[in-house]
Amino acid sequence: MSDRSLPFTRRKFLASSTLCAAASIAMPSILRAQEAGVKLGILHPVSGALSYSGTQGRLGATLAIEEINAAGGIKGLGKIDPMLGDALSTPEGGTAEVEKMNSAGVAAIIGGYASAVCLAVSQAAARYDLPYVVDVGVADAIVTRGLKNTFRFGPGFGVIAKTALDNLAEINNHAGKPAKTVMIVHEDSLFGSGLAKLLNTQLPQHGFEILETIPHPTPTRDFNNVVLKIKAQNPDLVIPANYYNEYVLLARTMQQQRVKPKGIYSVLGGAASSYKFVKEFPDAAKYIMDCNHWFDPGSPKALALKKKIEDKGQFYTYEVYMNYSCVMLVADALARAGAADRAKLAAALESSTFSGHVMPYGPTKFVNGQNQGAAPVNTQVLDNDIKVVLPANFAQAKPVFPIPA
Amino acid sequence: MRGLLPIAVVVAALAAVPLVVQSNTTLNFLVVTLLIALAGQGWNILGGYGGQYSFGHAAFFGTGAYVTAILQVRYGVNAWLAFGAGIVIGAAVGGIIGALTFRAGLRGSYFALVSLAFAEVLRIVASVAPITGAGVGTLVKLDLRVEALQFQSRAAFFWVVLALVAISLLVAQRLERSRFGTWLIAVRENEDAAKALGVNATQVKLCAMMISAAITAAAGCFYTQYFLFVDSGIAFGTRMSIEALLTPIIGGAGTVFGPLLGALVVQAVGEGAKLVAGDAPGLSLIVYGCILILVIAFAPRGLIGLVETSRRRVARPAKREAAHG
Amino acid sequence: MFSPVILITAILNGLLTGAVYALVALGLTLIYGVLHIINFAHGALLSAALFAAFFAFHLLGLDPYLAALLLAPIFFGLGYAIQRLIIGPASHGDDRNMLLVTLGLSVVIENALLYAFRADTRTIDLPYAFQTIDLGFTFLPIPRLIGFCVVFAVALVLWAIMRRTDVGKAIRAVAKEKLGAQLAGIEVSHVYAVTFGLGTACVAIAACLLIPTFYVNPSVGEAFVLIAFTIVVLGGMGSVPGALVGGLVIGVVESLSGLFLGESLGQIGIFLIFIAVLLVRPTGLFGARA
Repeated sequence: MSDRSLPFTRRKFLASSTLCAAASIAMPSILRAQEAGVKLGILHPVSGALSYSGTQGRLGATLAIEEINAAGGIKGLGKIDPMLGDALSTPEGGTAEVEKMNSAGVAAIIGGYASAVCLAVSQAAARYDLPYVVDVGVADAIVTRGLKNTFRFGPGFGVIAKTALDNLAEINNHAGKPAKTVMIVHEDSLFGSGLAKLLNTQLPQHGFEILETIPHPTPTRDFNNVVLKIKAQNPDLVIPANYYNEYVLLARTMQQQRVKPKGIYSVLGGAASSYKFVKEFPDAAKYIMDCNHWFDPGSPKALALKKKIEDKGQFYTYEVYMNYSCVMLVADALARAGAADRAKLAAALESSTFSGHVMPYGPTKFVNGQNQGAAPVNTQVLDNDIKVVLPANFAQAKPVFPIPA
Repeated sequence: MRGLLPIAVVVAALAAVPLVVQSNTTLNFLVVTLLIALAGQGWNILGGYGGQYSFGHAAFFGTGAYVTAILQVRYGVNAWLAFGAGIVIGAAVGGIIGALTFRAGLRGSYFALVSLAFAEVLRIVASVAPITGAGVGTLVKLDLRVEALQFQSRAAFFWVVLALVAISLLVAQRLERSRFGTWLIAVRENEDAAKALGVNATQVKLCAMMISAAITAAAGCFYTQYFLFVDSGIAFGTRMSIEALLTPIIGGAGTVFGPLLGALVVQAVGEGAKLVAGDAPGLSLIVYGCILILVIAFAPRGLIGLVETSRRRVARPAKREAAHG
Repeated sequence: MFSPVILITAILNGLLTGAVYALVALGLTLIYGVLHIINFAHGALLSAALFAAFFAFHLLGLDPYLAALLLAPIFFGLGYAIQRLIIGPASHGDDRNMLLVTLGLSVVIENALLYAFRADTRTIDLPYAFQTIDLGFTFLPIPRLIGFCVVFAVALVLWAIMRRTDVGKAIRAVAKEKLGAQLAGIEVSHVYAVTFGLGTACVAIAACLLIPTFYVNPSVGEAFVLIAFTIVVLGGMGSVPGALVGGLVIGVVESLSGLFLGESLGQIGIFLIFIAVLLVRPTGLFGARA
């Protein structure tokens, strides 16, 4: 739905040429650049388990490319020619796409979304020194393997957990420390388990007592037992970290069973900062807090993009604006590099101080591939809308804590 | 297929491919195809020759993958040793599952389902056990040296997996020729009759299961070395179980080259479907599924079966002529 | 470790969930018992039925419980057609081919749903979806209670069909002895198709019961398939009371093992039971001795 703006014939040509050319040797990317603008690989899991997020990510990236091309393309290099790839929500799918994109001579690859896919893609791209910009994947391992080609625009686990807990402590202290006991409900694959591990070490350091940590699979059909345990132990805070569907089920079940903790504080909560959730279940969503990826609410560009997306009938989710920002980042780096050359691009990314993105990160600064300014922000569902409550310089409202009875 | 000549020819032809083809896209495609062919050949030993349809071969694939990864990452074991250990432990797991199920006399659909259940149990355990890294999975460090069984060039990986496939082809071929193979096929055709003739069916099936498990485990070990990341879904998920049974059935179950042919066809169809369907979500898989159904409808004994049937049809009129002088 | 209140609530939750599992399994056990195939497409059909129920609500304004009356016959027809026109002919009567054809079907159906409706999760919001009955120590959601009762009603209807009608007798005959039934003049392919249709109709009703408290997306059915298989094996192939009892048992087992082992590891309870039953008593609780 999102990529109908791109000519079908060109996509087909790209795909068939890479496959049929069994003995093709990839042409130096410089020659390609001068002929047909700049090729960029846009890789997301658009089919398989993660297809919703993948499609949203692709949407954000292609919108950015359209905007850049409408303004005449990249300075000195011409228009961006996107090569869309489907990672099939698996590492093998991602790797196969990297090969195709490399053969087609892309200057860089953007995307990945899921940590497992990002890990495989970054390694595959590293073989060709192909710059790879991670959109969302939060596993710390993505940038700690010493791969020179990998750049992560958004924050990783470590930063997210630390920010979440610092903010939690601040909110709690400010309200007079009403919360002491905590229960964590997390999904049991890479992102949920990784986060839970960090929370388990750091929460006690902030003076919180963890009553129980409950893992659950994705998908989980029923949360009645989980809510039963929550009800029985009555924690002050419930901390969920999971994907959209499970988050919604959990929240609805808690509402159904009249479980009302002093606060629901999500960390990378699947639905907690989702407009879709707020729209469809306003009562269950009220006062829920999240520490998650979020756009800069004061940025006119971000708001313009929001309107564009909503006019298309889609929800403005983090995959959209993070990918949008990544494409903008790469375009800026390409302009500064002056050529669609991979080594020059990598160098330009490393020295990048880009602030034309829509995230509350400040100018980019990459150290060992990680953007230092990247951090999540705290949001809360207030007045049927999602408002940023921390950090103070981006805040739109004050946090409401504990949840009013 | 008579003798070792066909195997030698096929393997030699494949080995020459990286010398001609430079495109990494194609090499990657072929490596993955051979990996699946290897897993499928494992299944073929038990399912094709033995007639025991396992729906949970991922149990062995995952065992091989995880053992190789964990030994390297947590215990610093050399990659080649870890690879070997993966195969051995995979075979052992096959032995355990086989012992439990065959001694209980489970056959047919029951066997299929219980194999699925075992794979699921392993998946769940792997997703919570600390040793596997639980949900986070196990990441093997990128270390492009021969000692670490990792290579800069895709061609090198290709030759490694080709060697494994060649071994599996030999195993199948030897099996076909051996007395053990005869017993196994007898069990497939009619287990009760075979027992009546003195074949120790349980023993035979168990043996076949262990060989089958070892081969599929090898595919798992290779996966770890090639992709450097394993988690419970990748290792023990139903996807691998389905690929392992799909390829021999499409290529021709109970034949030496069935899984290899099947893997090539299935993967090619998958790629072709993606070309035809473009990148609309799900469309390529729809094409894939339809083709699967069509193949079953019109070539139920697999592609090799199709070839043999048509060969017989051509031979028959000639025989009739000869008989009538 | 856990107070009796929690245990009782967990058991009640398990029974309510188990009832819906039972309904999904009912369809599967019929198909399995008669056609002797593992119907891989069952989960995808459940997903399709959920979408149907969703659109019945949004486009026709039909409450899911009413939509069941509409969807059951439609899905019966769909199942009949699938078996008669696709599975039957494609598999040439071979059990193993049927397996693969249903596998192919599940891929096609699930991805057709993905292509047509994308992966967005959809839910419907019913005024009574959040209403509960207050038992003092817990709140029982009303939609689940309704679901529980409906499942028993459906099981009863199915049992009546199987025991009292000619179609049911034909189905049982084919299940027991296909060749003999054929010789007695029963058209086997028609019976197969009817069985498949009945199984699919059950799935459609299950979807209508699920949708008030659940969500809809193309891969949702997958989650139910393995559990349904377990119930079929536990209850005994082809046994309607078996599927019912099996479903309730599995529901309770899942609930309790989730309570004691955690939601992730707790899933293991189901499969361990599955394996144990297969090793010790493969015909299941109510199955006929093979």
